[in-house]
Amino acid sequence: MYRYDEFDARFVADRVAQFRYQVERRLSGELTEDEFKPLRLMNGLYLQLHAYMLRIAVPYGTLAPKQLRMLAHIARKYDKGYGHFTTRQNIQFNWIKLVDVPDVLADLATVEMHAIQTSGNCIRNVTADHFAGAARDEIEDPRILAEIVRQWSSLHPEFSFLPRKFKIAVSGSEHDRAAVKFHDVGIEIVKNGKGETGYRVYAGGGMGRTPYIGHVVGDFVEKKDILAFLEAVMRVYNQSGRRDNIYKARIKILVNALGAEEMRRQVMREFEEIKASGTLEVPAEEVANIARYFAPPAFEALSDEAPEYEAARASNEAFRAWTDTNVARHRAPGYAIATISLKPIGGVPGDATHEQLDALAHLLDEFGMAELRVSHEQNLVLPHVRRKDLPAVFAKLEALGLATPNAGLVTDIIACPGLDYCDLANARSIPIAQKISERFADLARQHDIGELKIKISGCINACGHHHAGHIGVLGVDKKGVEYYQLQLGGSGAEDASIGEILGPAFGQHEIVDAVEGVIDVYLERRENDERFLDTVRRLGLEPFKERAYAGWAFHI
Amino acid sequence: MPDGRSIYDRKTQTAPGSTSMPLIKDGAFAEDHFQAVADDAPLPANGTIVSLARFKKDRESLLARNAPLGVRLQSSESPEALGDDVHRLSVVVLEFPKFRDGRAFSWARMLRTRLGFKGEIRAAGHFLYDQLAFMTRVGFDAFEVRENFTEAEFARAMGEMTYVYQPSADGRPTIRDLRAHAHS
Amino acid sequence: MSQADQILTANRLRDGEVVYWSRGQWVTALDAAEVFEDDATAKAALKGADASVQDRTVVNPYLFEVRVEAGVLRPVKEREIIRAAGPSVRLDLGKQSTEAFDVSL
Repeated sequence: MYRYDEFDARFVADRVAQFRYQVERRLSGELTEDEFKPLRLMNGLYLQLHAYMLRIAVPYGTLAPKQLRMLAHIARKYDKGYGHFTTRQNIQFNWIKLVDVPDVLADLATVEMHAIQTSGNCIRNVTADHFAGAARDEIEDPRILAEIVRQWSSLHPEFSFLPRKFKIAVSGSEHDRAAVKFHDVGIEIVKNGKGETGYRVYAGGGMGRTPYIGHVVGDFVEKKDILAFLEAVMRVYNQSGRRDNIYKARIKILVNALGAEEMRRQVMREFEEIKASGTLEVPAEEVANIARYFAPPAFEALSDEAPEYEAARASNEAFRAWTDTNVARHRAPGYAIATISLKPIGGVPGDATHEQLDALAHLLDEFGMAELRVSHEQNLVLPHVRRKDLPAVFAKLEALGLATPNAGLVTDIIACPGLDYCDLANARSIPIAQKISERFADLARQHDIGELKIKISGCINACGHHHAGHIGVLGVDKKGVEYYQLQLGGSGAEDASIGEILGPAFGQHEIVDAVEGVIDVYLERRENDERFLDTVRRLGLEPFKERAYAGWAFHI
Repeated sequence: MPDGRSIYDRKTQTAPGSTSMPLIKDGAFAEDHFQAVADDAPLPANGTIVSLARFKKDRESLLARNAPLGVRLQSSESPEALGDDVHRLSVVVLEFPKFRDGRAFSWARMLRTRLGFKGEIRAAGHFLYDQLAFMTRVGFDAFEVRENFTEAEFARAMGEMTYVYQPSADGRPTIRDLRAHAHS
Repeated sequence: MSQADQILTANRLRDGEVVYWSRGQWVTALDAAEVFEDDATAKAALKGADASVQDRTVVNPYLFEVRVEAGVLRPVKEREIIRAAGPSVRLDLGKQSTEAFDVSL
């Protein structure tokens, strides 16, 4: 993974000092809250329902053991012993004090971490495929580009006061595990007819009040030109994005208003100018230097046949169940990708205790693994596990409560913090996730249902990515009471689609039954090996609607 | 430590026709050789700053005057509206109606890079101490500041970040440049 | 115009703690808060909170409605119930976990 040089280290240290001064000026009154708010947001600090929340950046979701240990330390020293992994691969702490934040940032800097631009109207954490470097269908490790973009976007003088937040994601495989089409800018690494590697760039995707799927604004951008291209997109957005209405300020609104053609034209105009100046050209040597940091570990010459693995599968039912869902094939023979589920049945999705964080650091060291990943589905990933080590790894995870065998299944639910924590929320999302999880706890039933991505957001900001859920749930507020809107058929993968709302919202005591109802329809009506998503797409909403509202007094 | 006021005076707002605020140019207090005038006000003898609307309306007569001229752009007004006339201006004032409105960052950069403007780019309105370094990088060289702002504060703002990652209008060496130099 | 009972709340600047106005000071427990029965008094208290904003004690003061149910003070909105207690999914955290907390909330 990337390692700071003296320049990166100085940059983060300066930023800590800068924020310390900003906090001083806030406490002295030199800055009002209105003035301080965008500044603290640009350092990831929100004021939530109960306390300040600090969102720490985990660039493209990659964490080293020393960083896990530091996060555990921060949880203990400054917070209440746990952290929460988010849908943008970051980690959040919910009980931070403003006066402690400069010290938290100083501690983070010692392990090459920060909270720069994890919020605010600026370019946010660049996310990437959590299977980077390990996936069999990978064209190129997306983190190389993600790191180049991270540096270019850090404290960008022209783009730190955008109309609204700006999220970039990179996918390096045919299968999109980074949901690039739902980002403000999404980048797919592709090969052209000549076999050269370049980038397909999408713009204008997004969730929120009005979800959109991104349009292609650059079919094949050469590697050396990518920063010039991104700068062009940002400039068009900064100049022309709406500033009169925060609900219409994202680039998706601009792209939709201009149309993809006009957007491309404006971007190309800027792009050609920037290219001509040469100032943003990315030299091949720089790409090579950065790429070196992401070189895969020296894989041993192993066979995919691992007797320890097979024996454990045969003798240990829990291990077999876990490997059925949580272990994915790796590009290197004899290796595997293991998903650590942070969705224990009935638990809070995405949370990890300081003990678990420390133990994971220890696990990485013990098995000679240099890093783990955070997925945007609020799970963790061990990207390079020797198949023969899987039984031992599993045993450690099981002891830590981190071996729930539900990756991609109905109980692997994504949920934002919701009204339990978040100042913006209209309804709670975690209890709904917990109830659904408990309702479907039976593993045989989960396997029968198969792949099913349920995503729950507590408000229209859609941090739970409900628009991209096979089943999406949106919490709404009706006269101070929590209601839940159900939508079906969303997908964040390369077959991106936005879920469709089923009908009127359900009360908190009805929503789980409604979810169960639509799943029952799937089980009754599926054909061949259809997933839930496939059946919804084939049948349309009607049969699901009928079941979800069966028992309602009026005809929908 | 300043007594609880930000870089701009929250109580009064600079409007065309009002007396000038202190001006910092190239890091030091400088006399303001310009007077901003409202659209219907008479023109002063010397340096004058008018709105874009007035410039478009009275362009001939304004340019014919033997006095330095400036145009003040609102945040929604692109400097491209000035056309080639931009090179006949001594100063372009870019307004910040509120500090969150970051369009002027792109306008300044456009003035320097696309339009090749060599005159003064002045910031007016509501902006923060914390934006000064960014503003300087994209091409601002003059700032209308509150009464008790100091050159020391300005210098401090400039020095907060030792390094920058990306190139901008100021041509300042980036971390990439420094890395290349370190390895050469 | 609301004639419901109201309470004035804010967050403490330095640590984000939820606080309630109570006869000249900010307290951390909802059941110790001052209840305003008429809107004019409530609005006056809200205006008075400016001083606490100016002296950097709190941020974002605002009023919210409460009612008395079975002799117990209860916010009307779910959001304020949660703010007064803590996360509903972690009963071991927040105000609800402290001894002084009014469990009837």
